[in-house]
Amino acid sequence: MEAIGDGTSTAGIKSKDPFLMMRLSRAEYKERVRWTEKLRPTRRCVKILKDRFPSHSQSTLLSIYSLEYQKWIKRTFSRHHVPHVIESYYQRYLSEAKAQPTAPVLLELANEVDLSPALMARIILDRFLQGQDGGMPSKSVLNSMLKEPSLIPDQILASNVYQCTINDCCYGPLVDCIKHAIGHEHEVLLWEKLKEKNLSFLDENHLRTMGYDKTPDIILEVPVAVEGHIVHWIESKASFGDDQSHQTYLNEQFWSYWNRFGPGLVIYWYGFIGDLDCQ
Amino acid sequence: MAALLESLLSQKVDIIKVVDWLKSAGDEDKLSISELGLTVHKEEFVPFLLNFLREQSSQALTHGPATPAKTPSRPRPAAQTQVFSEKRGCKSASGGSGTRAASRVQLFSPSFVSPGPEGSHCLSGVTAFSSPSSSTTWSPASRPSGSERRGGQRIMLGDYMVSPPDFQHSPSFQSQKSRKKSGGNMSLGGRGRGGHYIDETGGRRSVRGGEGYGRIIEQVSPPSVGQLNFNNLEEFPPVGSSPISPAASKPTRRINPTPVSAERPRSKPKTCFTSTPFSKPSSPLSGVVPLEGSMTGGNSLSLQEERELLKKEKTKRAQQVGSPQPSSLEPCTPTKTVLKTGSNVTPEQQTTCPEPSKVTFSLELDLLVELYSTCISENLVPNIFLELFFVMQLLTSRSPHTHDDEQESLCAAHSHSDILERCYLRLVHNCVYFAVKVLENQFQLVAHLDKCTLRLLGENERVASFSPHLRDLLTQAQDKSTAKLSPSVSTFIHSVPFQPDTDNRSNFSSDKAFHIFKKQRDIFYEVLREWEDFHKEPGWNFDTALGNRIRGMMSQMTSAGNHSHFARLFLKQLIQMCKGPRVNSTSGDAPDADLLGMLGAEGLGRLKRLEERLIQPHGVVGPCSPPSFPGYQEFFRDFLQAASCCQLNQHLQDSLCQQLLQLDEVSILSPPASICERDKEEEEDGDMEQQDEKQRFSSVLLLARLLAKFLGFISFLPYQTSEKPSREIQDTAIALRSKSVPVLDVCAVLRNSIRRRRTILTVPWLVEFLSMLDFIGPRLLCYRTTLGTLLLLYRRLVLDRCEEMCYLNKLLMVSVLGWLFQIPVIPEDIFFTSEFTEVAKVEESDINVAGLVSDK
Repeated sequence: MEAIGDGTSTAGIKSKDPFLMMRLSRAEYKERVRWTEKLRPTRRCVKILKDRFPSHSQSTLLSIYSLEYQKWIKRTFSRHHVPHVIESYYQRYLSEAKAQPTAPVLLELANEVDLSPALMARIILDRFLQGQDGGMPSKSVLNSMLKEPSLIPDQILASNVYQCTINDCCYGPLVDCIKHAIGHEHEVLLWEKLKEKNLSFLDENHLRTMGYDKTPDIILEVPVAVEGHIVHWIESKASFGDDQSHQTYLNEQFWSYWNRFGPGLVIYWYGFIGDLDCQ
Repeated sequence: MAALLESLLSQKVDIIKVVDWLKSAGDEDKLSISELGLTVHKEEFVPFLLNFLREQSSQALTHGPATPAKTPSRPRPAAQTQVFSEKRGCKSASGGSGTRAASRVQLFSPSFVSPGPEGSHCLSGVTAFSSPSSSTTWSPASRPSGSERRGGQRIMLGDYMVSPPDFQHSPSFQSQKSRKKSGGNMSLGGRGRGGHYIDETGGRRSVRGGEGYGRIIEQVSPPSVGQLNFNNLEEFPPVGSSPISPAASKPTRRINPTPVSAERPRSKPKTCFTSTPFSKPSSPLSGVVPLEGSMTGGNSLSLQEERELLKKEKTKRAQQVGSPQPSSLEPCTPTKTVLKTGSNVTPEQQTTCPEPSKVTFSLELDLLVELYSTCISENLVPNIFLELFFVMQLLTSRSPHTHDDEQESLCAAHSHSDILERCYLRLVHNCVYFAVKVLENQFQLVAHLDKCTLRLLGENERVASFSPHLRDLLTQAQDKSTAKLSPSVSTFIHSVPFQPDTDNRSNFSSDKAFHIFKKQRDIFYEVLREWEDFHKEPGWNFDTALGNRIRGMMSQMTSAGNHSHFARLFLKQLIQMCKGPRVNSTSGDAPDADLLGMLGAEGLGRLKRLEERLIQPHGVVGPCSPPSFPGYQEFFRDFLQAASCCQLNQHLQDSLCQQLLQLDEVSILSPPASICERDKEEEEDGDMEQQDEKQRFSSVLLLARLLAKFLGFISFLPYQTSEKPSREIQDTAIALRSKSVPVLDVCAVLRNSIRRRRTILTVPWLVEFLSMLDFIGPRLLCYRTTLGTLLLLYRRLVLDRCEEMCYLNKLLMVSVLGWLFQIPVIPEDIFFTSEFTEVAKVEESDINVAGLVSDK
């Protein structure tokens, strides 16, 4: 948890919260990161991390891992996303799928070339659709097929896509859905805690209906002080707060909130780096 | 005038008669003394007297004590200067670059003064110190330059001022030299500016050597120069920090023209006293702005106080240090006699300790004290604080030489020849005597200074040795004093909250406009934060760093038609950040002395900082700092300049006008009828209710002043020029501009306020508005009438008279008005003229005002 607008703060609202222990020093964080670097985004990797760092919750580890993996993908994705590379992946898939229609060839291919399976599925599906009607498939069609592989006209491809999706813990519609649910869950958790404390607040939905242009999860109708910092609003992030994501959030959200509502509080439910720059 | 003074001094005319004449309300402008065949106008006599005093003391003030060199500059006021026709003045001024600074200097514009028979009229040279820095502060780009122009106007002053470049004009010099007095100086090198004046009037007018000096000095050794000035004036601390400080010249117009040269690099103190700085506008360097004075009406007091503190500190140091720089520059000796002395720079000069027993001419001095005090009491001087400042200078003056005796004899020798040329204020003893007497006389005013200042004054040995009575009074006053220097308010940026009522989608014409505004709000704060983080870093330039972003924002705004929304955000943010009494002083929050005491040991570091503060006058500018945009106001000003978006300005103007007029209508509860007596007792705090009312009033007043300043800034922005335009251009511009309706009907607002006795609220904000005028503005009928009305109002606000208005209210008005009259853009001739008596008829009862005292 962190206050925006002034110094760092540890978790605020309730001391019994699990995330209180979640503040990692930068050194600790680096170590976790080192470990995650070697792992592929499979379900199994979470277990490995958990064994290595038993004191941390699975969610924290997964969150850190996921963030790191995303950074890594961002760095390497351009390598894969070039027409001739895509073409070669597609041709390999076609030939291998033909040879072994039931094998998870696409998943294996993704692991072999170090690409997230869900992203590989997207690339291949995209290429497949282009081949079907010649034009560029619309994003919404693509997304709906990824979400619901049974819509894919080609059975073999559909099952390959499905395998990729369920085996990827960082990307893909399944992960998005999980993240969304977790995010919502934590928002609800936050509401409950606020209600428990008898704090009056407006949630995002209220704010939208009132026409606010930027809406944090919570606006406190009466500001409170958390560890000496005035808090006007609260944003809940069901993730781990690392530098990069924090920076992004700052630019896209937190400063905007600050500009409208003054200083506020950000909760990283899965912990954050202790010396995060919180302005 | 000279004749009158001469007759007074030689006791041919009864002082009482003259004092009565001075006191008589405006109508009796002329004094005729049939025996002597004299007819004198007040507006001529007063400037003459002021200049006479400045001139007289120039020598004494010059020598600074210690270290920093003293201030040669002040002498400048060459009293003798003649009058020049305005034009001339202008021209000459322009010639001398330095002038600008001087702006105010000449309070009395030459034109007014008619050359007395003797010819020695001084112009008033007020000193302007223009410190370059100050210029920076000024906001409007034009402004800075403006100052220059002013200089032009005020020629005289300018002369003093040092503008380095000017030297050259020697040609004129020559002529001047002819002047008797100047002759001596000139040789010294004083010639600088003086030359200008000269010619026309006939060589006779001597130019003030002093002026020359100022300049010279600077040129020569810039650093030292600066110091010199300082000392003189106020004894600013020698600290190297800023040579600039010279600003001290505060003494009125004439006094110090200190030349601070533009060169001073970063020196922070940019003080300019009265005058405007000439510095280039752009210079970002100037970090600090003076502010106080300008900002808050009440401030002048505090300035004064601070100044005094500074002086004292300086004196102390000086004593310790001892060695004075050579003030070779001695000022010009005003009188011929003096000449020689001046020249010697005696490095070793030790300060002579003033002794009451060594006072000479005490009869005459008493007379001068009486005249001078009357002028102050009757508001015949343009700015009472400036005079107070001058008196403080006299009090702390040092006599450089040990040759007192010689001097005395010199003086004596000449004394018979010309009464006016006797050295009444040449000796430290006399200066101190005079100063102490004036302080005694003006005790009511002095008693309103803050505690620290009172303490310093009370502890001053000179005061003690010359008037134990005054010392006792000061000690008592100290306990009663409630005046405080306004603490600097530390501002933490608070954003303007999003208000669904005005900010949600339904307030925008389209989704696009709504989304663009969303981004603009974020950009605005981003820019603000960036400014806050970096603007004090050297080399940081507002326009370079933020200009493009701001202009990009403006062009998007134009396409989306979001100006009114942004104008609202902008104003709200402005009010939020800048409304405090004194905004964000650069020096950060320095604790005041008492606080420091309480802090004990922890405070060493702080003590140190405090000391630095004492030594370098940070934000404080002279008694009359030019208008400025201190603290965060600077951001808003620079933002508007960078944006230069006419649509935005129009929206802001509309909104500012509306808000101002609303504020002007705010109901003010008058304090109980017994105000007057109560005031006498230092305005007891009154009950809670009254306290709240005061609080509310001062908040309204501060807000109105802030808004008015920005309204003035925006309104006159299109007309700001860096140079004062020539007469012809001015005439054309006047003809042109008189056809369009001014943003605010200031005349009506003022008239209305006078009628309703609400001037205590209206005048302070009008003053802020008018302080932003461009050069031509004051010549437009509506502003001219307003200025004239304000002048009449000023004259009637005699502090000592117990009228319906309470003392502090009057003090506030007197200080803001006094400040206004010193601003460079306001033509100097406005003050000493009787023209307005007819132009603006103020009804007798007008002056009363309801209202509470605001900022103390």
